[in-house]
Amino acid sequence: MQPIISVRQLSKTYASGFHALKQIDLEIRQGEIFALLGPNGAGKTTLISIICGIVNPSEGSVLADGHDVVRDYRAARAKIGLVPQELTTDAFETVWNTVSFSRGLFGKSANPAHIEKVLKDLSLWSKKDSKIITLSGGMKRRVMIAKALSHEPQILFLDEPTAGVDVELRRDMWAMVRALRATGVTIILTTHYIEEAEEMADRIGVIHKGELILVEDKAELMNKLGRKQLTLHLQTPLANIPAALSDYALELSADGKALVYTFDAQGERTGIDVLLRRLGEAGIDFKDLQTSQSSLEDIFVSLVRERA
Amino acid sequence: MNIHAIRAIYRFEMSRTRRTLLQSVVSPVISTSLYFVVFGAAIGSRMTAVNGVSYGAFIVPGLIMLSLLTQSISNASFGIYFPKFVGTIYEILSAPVSSIEIVAGYVGAAASKSIILGLIILATARLFVSFQIEHPLWMLAFLVLTALTFSLFGFIIGIWADNFEKLQLVPLLVVTPLTFLGGSFYSIHMLPPFWQKVTLFNPVVYLISGFRWSFYGASDVGVEISMGMTLVFLALCLAIVWWIFRTGYRLKA
Repeated sequence: MQPIISVRQLSKTYASGFHALKQIDLEIRQGEIFALLGPNGAGKTTLISIICGIVNPSEGSVLADGHDVVRDYRAARAKIGLVPQELTTDAFETVWNTVSFSRGLFGKSANPAHIEKVLKDLSLWSKKDSKIITLSGGMKRRVMIAKALSHEPQILFLDEPTAGVDVELRRDMWAMVRALRATGVTIILTTHYIEEAEEMADRIGVIHKGELILVEDKAELMNKLGRKQLTLHLQTPLANIPAALSDYALELSADGKALVYTFDAQGERTGIDVLLRRLGEAGIDFKDLQTSQSSLEDIFVSLVRERA
Repeated sequence: MNIHAIRAIYRFEMSRTRRTLLQSVVSPVISTSLYFVVFGAAIGSRMTAVNGVSYGAFIVPGLIMLSLLTQSISNASFGIYFPKFVGTIYEILSAPVSSIEIVAGYVGAAASKSIILGLIILATARLFVSFQIEHPLWMLAFLVLTALTFSLFGFIIGIWADNFEKLQLVPLLVVTPLTFLGGSFYSIHMLPPFWQKVTLFNPVVYLISGFRWSFYGASDVGVEISMGMTLVFLALCLAIVWWIFRTGYRLKA
């Protein structure tokens, strides 16, 4: 299937000389939830801003639903809704007017029924005649989402959607994102909360210092996550792994003082019980043991450190 | 053409006027009335007629132009500066709208506001002095073209300005002096010959002169020259706006 967004060799150098993006290649699949993960200043917002037309690219191209975002910007942008990171709203307008304004701006004829539905879905209906300045931060965030959804976009960008958002709104927001995905909308969100990516995304991309260093299915990442390691600290160092244990995927540390067993924590049988019994039979005593799980966070941190 | 977007921007801007009715419409009307009370009634009664027109009537076109210029600039500059300032400009930039549509929405609304205001001042003036309009179509043409030109100029200032001070700088330091020295309250023939020549470098002279001609049939410079200069300013502002959008100047990184 043709990707809904394809980014090719995209680079951005700001006037200050700062390389915000370095030759990014990325394809977003139709209908998926894609999480773009990275520390502050990694280039997440720049990437989104280029796709949405707020920042001009230095090199490379972006196609949104087959339309070049620079040359064919009208067709491309009409498909896209953007919820930016900052809470920027027209303070003195009413919720209804500002959301209707957005719909018009994106070239759609007025459709009060749709606006009503969006406002109701976001629990904003009772506030429709309130001026935005009178709303709480969470409500303002909802207004910005309503604005982005006002023109029925096929692609929705959520830039740090849960920064400074309370638990209730976060839950509502995820419910909304899932409901949108069910209607075929592709969602790209940026976050630096790994749990968020884990919970929501179909695929995860990690961006660091302007480079896309990993793009993978979440399921595959979870597979890596599912790997656990059991480390046994031995009483007496071993020269090599005893033949009796050769059918186990064991590793011996360089100093011979620790045995490391990697296993699938999600599996029916982890094999730990048998291993420990066999160790006893082989007369190998250990003084301590520990298990560790490689979290997405670990993968992320090690990836980022590798590049640093 | 994204007509819906032009309409959305236009209506958004016009509703801002309604929200700030006092500031947008009432205060210019009050200050213009004060001009009439002072220059028209109090001082004007002691002045001789200019080109056969009573002084009170003579200043009507000048006062309308004064409001038209300052209001066009302030409406348009604020209209585009404010979204930049609060950050809501992101939505305009990410919308499927061309630069022409953005300008049409913002400048159209700013110009409409100042034209409405000009007509309100015209009606207000009628309460103080009697005057006739010999060439109503020319009058409307000058009114509309000047409102458009200076709304474009205001739009340029609004994009150029990166703080509130700059937003006020040009209107206060350039436009107001040029308007007062451009013959709002006098005919340039009243000036010494040397200053008559200097004053011809003031673009506002042509606007006021042409506008006054449409009322009383008498002018400081020929009406064709006035109209020609008005169109030149319009073209100049259009060219600058076109350049701004082509380069993304102060709008996009």
